[in-house]
Amino acid sequence: MSQMRSKVITDDEAIATIESAMTIGIGGWGSRRKPMSLVRALLRSKVTDLTIVSYGGPDVGLLCAAGKVRRLVYGFVSLDSIALEPHFRAARQAGTIAEPVEYDEGMLQWGLYAGSLRLPFLPTRAGLGSGVMDVNPSLRTVRSPYADGEELLAVPAIRLDAAFVHMNRADARGNAQYLGPDPYFDDLFLGACEPGRRFVSAEKIIATEDLLTEGTFHTLRINRSMVDGVIHAPNGAHFTTCEPDYGRDEAFQKAYVDAARDADSWKAFSDRFLSGDENSYQTAVSSWRADVGTAKGAST
Amino acid sequence: MSESPALADVVAVACAEAWRGDGEIFASGMGVMQMLGARLARATFEPDLMVSDGEAFFVAGDLPIGGTNKTVEGWIPFRSVFDTLTGGRRHVMMGASQIDKYGNSNIANIGPWAKPKAQLLGVRGGPGNTVNNATSFFIPKHQPSVFVPVVDMVSGVGYDRARKIGGFIAKRHDLRRVVTNLAVLDFATPDNSMRLVSVHPGVHVSDVVANTGFELTIPAEVPISRAPVAEEMDAIGRIDPRGLRHREMPS
Repeated sequence: MSQMRSKVITDDEAIATIESAMTIGIGGWGSRRKPMSLVRALLRSKVTDLTIVSYGGPDVGLLCAAGKVRRLVYGFVSLDSIALEPHFRAARQAGTIAEPVEYDEGMLQWGLYAGSLRLPFLPTRAGLGSGVMDVNPSLRTVRSPYADGEELLAVPAIRLDAAFVHMNRADARGNAQYLGPDPYFDDLFLGACEPGRRFVSAEKIIATEDLLTEGTFHTLRINRSMVDGVIHAPNGAHFTTCEPDYGRDEAFQKAYVDAARDADSWKAFSDRFLSGDENSYQTAVSSWRADVGTAKGAST
Repeated sequence: MSESPALADVVAVACAEAWRGDGEIFASGMGVMQMLGARLARATFEPDLMVSDGEAFFVAGDLPIGGTNKTVEGWIPFRSVFDTLTGGRRHVMMGASQIDKYGNSNIANIGPWAKPKAQLLGVRGGPGNTVNNATSFFIPKHQPSVFVPVVDMVSGVGYDRARKIGGFIAKRHDLRRVVTNLAVLDFATPDNSMRLVSVHPGVHVSDVVANTGFELTIPAEVPISRAPVAEEMDAIGRIDPRGLRHREMPS
């Protein structure tokens, strides 16, 4: 019997395949089920001048704060329970994102879907008449060849050099499972990506025969033909949601936002949480939680 | 009732009224007042509306805002939201940081887009919403910096721009109403420019005019926004038992 190929690698091994100026798609939505351990590994790398495609949350904020983003394709950047992402705001207001590409949320889905279907574009009405057309002068329209003759926006296909998504479970071969309420657009990010750098981090790596233990077959949206590398990343979406394994760490998210207020407090935050590897991040978060708990206990 | 109604309750009813007559479609609202409005309409005069928990599920019954004990009647993850809005089976009540005379709205940025003075959310689903499904607005603070002659970024398409596109979009484009802390407004004029519909109790027409940065159509008689009836007050109490609406909309 031939041996099953394991695709299990580490965050750093995945990031070692990334080069400067690549286009990276990041799954999840806002501050929900973001592949944060891969983002943190990317922060530790030397790559720069990236194009990032994302339904943006702290992934975009952190990469902007680290000065790694040259081009950003987004419909929004938000932390959900805190509406505005401080680092993204700062970067936009300082003009440090050289090429912002602002789309309607549905246009972003269409671009990724066209990319995953190997089509040059997909038509839509979303975007027509809006500022999106004003600020993206390269967008083109296309006329329906049928009797209606309607002019529609042709959303260009988005092709990715690398894709990162975070899932609840995966097997070693890359069959992956979401157990939360929403698949978001993770399958489209993987589909729009060239084979070679399609990475899935997961809370738990389980045996293939256990894939239906915790969820129905409906949750198996991502199969191994869509995945090149699997990373075991417990708490890997922290501080974003990863339902039902854990919710958003609201207190930590607030600390993240507070720390973004000035350079000194951001440096202190970075030194404490982002200067080491993923293990030291998780350890630092645990010790922060213990400190906060102690402070709360002392004040009551 | 001799006692005058709380502003939050008048505004809740004004928001709910946005969905009157909509039938079996997705009544979508982000924010406390919008959710309260959608759920209030469904609990009273518009029982066929579909409302979500704000995450990924359609819920039946009177789910309190922030409540977790929900009766799920359907699944509405983001991609189904996109399908539903593109199919036109949704009426969303959005926020707006700026809005102009024809309902062009902005949640994206203040100042020039290339280098904004204040970066906000980005256009989000505004472009797709406004050319595909019915859209209303809730604006908690009616002031000239929000009701502007020209928005800095068109994240939601107004009537003038929709008319210029023509065809399907011009025909179906449907901005319903704008509810604020002062008044209710709509676009029921010959050129679809904004019109004052009613003022909330205690508000004068001149207050609305002074806080609007463009010329409104003002009917000869401007009614007072109606107070909730008893059935509506009961429903408001069930949907917002903690009184979150009063924090959003203090009297």
